[in-house]
Amino acid sequence: MSCAAVNMNLPWSEWLPILARGAGVTLQVTVLSAILALFMSLMAGLGAGSRIAAVRVLSQVYIQVFRAVSLLVLLFWVYFALPFAGLELSKLASAVLAIGLNIGAYGAEIVRSSVAAIPKGQIEATIALNLSYRQRLWRIVVPQAVARMLPPLGNLMIELLKSTSLIYFITLADLTYEAMILRNNYYTWTPAIFGLLLIVYFLFSSCIALAFRMMERKFTAWR
Amino acid sequence: MWKWSYAADIAPELLRAFLMTIGAALSGFALAAVIGLIMAILVRSGLAPVRWATRGIVEFIRSTPLLVQLFFLYYSLPMLTSWSMSAYATGVIGLGLHYGTYLSEVYRSGIEAVPKGQWEAARALNLSRSKTWLRVILPQAIPPIIPMMGNYLIVIVKETPTLSAITLVEVLLTAKNTASVTYRVFEPYTIAGLLFLLASLVLSLGVTLLDRRLRRSTAG
Repeated sequence: MSCAAVNMNLPWSEWLPILARGAGVTLQVTVLSAILALFMSLMAGLGAGSRIAAVRVLSQVYIQVFRAVSLLVLLFWVYFALPFAGLELSKLASAVLAIGLNIGAYGAEIVRSSVAAIPKGQIEATIALNLSYRQRLWRIVVPQAVARMLPPLGNLMIELLKSTSLIYFITLADLTYEAMILRNNYYTWTPAIFGLLLIVYFLFSSCIALAFRMMERKFTAWR
Repeated sequence: MWKWSYAADIAPELLRAFLMTIGAALSGFALAAVIGLIMAILVRSGLAPVRWATRGIVEFIRSTPLLVQLFFLYYSLPMLTSWSMSAYATGVIGLGLHYGTYLSEVYRSGIEAVPKGQWEAARALNLSRSKTWLRVILPQAIPPIIPMMGNYLIVIVKETPTLSAITLVEVLLTAKNTASVTYRVFEPYTIAGLLFLLASLVLSLGVTLLDRRLRRSTAG
């Protein structure tokens, strides 16, 4: 690719620092939102199967509501409307909160169904074998649930990465935003800029897919 | 913070924009259903290069954000091809291409669930390739996946506000414009959010009912 690019005389030296800065913000938002999303996934996903009614209802309401909202509208609401209700968040905090809560609701459904998919006989067998609660959880439930969770979670993390492009709307200077700035300065290069932008996102997604495939191999070694 | 009279004032306009949003979402979904089916069939093509190319395109489209794809279609295509489209057409095509790749996976699961014997029987009866697809495989593959497709309709409805980035005046942009005229932000965005919440809850109820009905009819 670099060969073709040189032939086209792309102004690389001016583009790279700007795109790298944007990529840094995109990755930062991706990682922070992923942490919040995974935390919410575990809490609500395990909570949805809880024996305590209040925890169960709260988890289910969270999953239903945050899966039903439109992420971009949620982002606008958090960033533009919440300050009028007395809660003013920075751009970064708004982005992480909106994306994390939205993706977390999808993740919770993955966690819930993965735990629910463990055959009942497995739990009964641990009781028959007189395993302790801790052994049952860490030796039987978690390994099987994680093996089931990883492939859909990998896809979800790619969805998360893609959704970070929406923070362009609240003028957080991510990859997409910086590309739009570049486009203003190098208007005739528009197709190359957006083409490059698509390739960068594709590379990031591929890294996530690869990482999850490696984790999957590691966590299913017991099979 | 919340003024009912103001909310009532702006509600009709937001509702009108919302109907337009739903229209764009339905058009995008219809296009995605067609594109997805074509991709699902091409992935099973007898020609290896066609299979690889389709798989590569599906993978690329799925791995990149809809927003950037919309920018590419709306701002780059006219420069590359001297062929420009309205924001609405671009939005519908963008949604159709993006979610076509997701629906192709849904079709694939439906096609793979058709027993192998059906393919063999079609071959034994000397049916042509198009007849095998249209008369044997698809009529069995599609009904069970309709609820899954319904779920993607919900996803598409929720993604439609992204089209505001290419100047399509849907609900979110209408809310933004309203807010910039009146300097009252809370009501327009809240109403916009509630409209989407309501739409996706109603649609997912519909999908659940449809699913139950299909299960009953296939079980009975």
